[in-house]
Amino acid sequence: MSTVAWITTRGLLGRRRFLLLLPLPILMVGIALIPRFNGINASDWTQPVIVALGFTTLLPIVALIVGTGVLGAEIDDGTITHILSKPLARWRIVVPKLLVAIGVTAATAAVPFYIVGALASGPRLGLGLIVGSTVGAVLYSTIFVALSLISRRPVLLGLVYVIVWEGLLSNLVSGTRVLSVQQYALTIADKASSSPLLSGNVSFTVAVVMSIVVAVGFLALAIRRLESFSVTGETS
Amino acid sequence: MSVEVTGVSRWYGNVVAVNDVTMSLGAGVTGLLGPNGAGKTTLLHMMAGFLPPSRGTLTVDGESTWRNPAVYRKLGLVSERESVHAYLSAEEFVLVSAKLHGLPDPAAATARALDLVEMAQFKDRRIGTYSKGMRQRTRVAAALVHEPDVLLLDEPFNGMDPRQRMHMMDLLNRLGQDGRTILFSSHILEEVEQLSGIVQVMVSGRLAASGDYRTIRRLMTNRPHVFAVQSTDDRRLAVALMHQPSVNGVDLTREGLTVRAGDYGSFTRALPRIALKEGIRVRRLLPSDESLESVFSYLVEA
Repeated sequence: MSTVAWITTRGLLGRRRFLLLLPLPILMVGIALIPRFNGINASDWTQPVIVALGFTTLLPIVALIVGTGVLGAEIDDGTITHILSKPLARWRIVVPKLLVAIGVTAATAAVPFYIVGALASGPRLGLGLIVGSTVGAVLYSTIFVALSLISRRPVLLGLVYVIVWEGLLSNLVSGTRVLSVQQYALTIADKASSSPLLSGNVSFTVAVVMSIVVAVGFLALAIRRLESFSVTGETS
Repeated sequence: MSVEVTGVSRWYGNVVAVNDVTMSLGAGVTGLLGPNGAGKTTLLHMMAGFLPPSRGTLTVDGESTWRNPAVYRKLGLVSERESVHAYLSAEEFVLVSAKLHGLPDPAAATARALDLVEMAQFKDRRIGTYSKGMRQRTRVAAALVHEPDVLLLDEPFNGMDPRQRMHMMDLLNRLGQDGRTILFSSHILEEVEQLSGIVQVMVSGRLAASGDYRTIRRLMTNRPHVFAVQSTDDRRLAVALMHQPSVNGVDLTREGLTVRAGDYGSFTRALPRIALKEGIRVRRLLPSDESLESVFSYLVEA
């Protein structure tokens, strides 16, 4: 299992797209610094920075870049055949790759989330946001890894999902909130930090139960898809 | 250890890629030949468990290959697409394979596989810096690291120079003599000159011919052929050529001669002799129907 994780990590860090992970965290911290040092009330700027920029943009985009990179990129360039032609049960390929995706996404998100939380009201909020963003990292990564096995264009499909479903519908239409990863992450962060600056839109129980359902469901889907994965169209 | 393909078809929508193919592969080297688009890769992918057949069965040592990762303990695959982790060295690349196979001593297996393909001295260099032939040999080493009984190679000679090709063919012949079942595909007949074994010829999804390579080779060299010839005296050369039993007909055109030869080999041997005797200088000799499809369909008709 560690060999799959090792080769995945090397592949991920070796590709140039890894650099795409840097701008958003820097932007998030930069934007939080401006009001913080201009004496603007924390309650006025935390909502847009933490929710709109953090949970709705940074977290899903980072997870998309990483989640489609651990498996989708290998499917694209054909290196996946090296791992597929080994006598490994398919879950032993999916799970380590997913763990790498979660680890890298969670680590990339934790730093800016903590800094912004600490700037707004102190370490308690910072730690609460780490908990929330880690839950989000788990869910988004699982979804995007599964997406790499469902579609040949996982990045495009993932972007549509992030922008339309997570970004638009779950903020405008209250009914879709129950089916929105960012709402679970936000609610769990709210519970963990018990900060007045955050307010979850779904109940804590719903968030926890739905998180488990989403994670298990998409993981099972990914494993199933890889079990009957067809390698196609290599010849001209 | 044998590979059995029974009544296998594979279609994509309306397009039939492989059409009712039945073959049985045993120990030794087998070449799977056919023009591009004949269905060779599709067939190899089905054998390798990368694609389910639409109809029919494929087994390696009695086990179905689709949705059966355990089969890779006996099966090695070198795919056509040259996808390697270029940032790894050959040793790391093969070692990863050995570890993924869960071999008891991956380092020793890696060293053995690299020795076998004669890559031991370059093992520390990054794969990105290798020549085509070296990369291919590294991929073969990775596919052989667990000493599979069956090795499938898709277009292993593609883009290799003649020396690299000979080297690879030697390696395959050696593996075949060890009692392994080796199947490789190729779309260029000339590529497989040193092959000692059986060939299976595929044309448009069907298994068109199979048999000993030498027989096929003879059919190939003796096939009728059209040549474009230009010389210092076309008319006189035409007369001399008509005396040749290997020549079926000559057309005199403004650009030169179009010669229809009944036999590739004896015509190409006879032409320089005639030209020398008649004191004519041949400026140009071009085989004009060298398309692979024509060669293969000739083989199929024969």
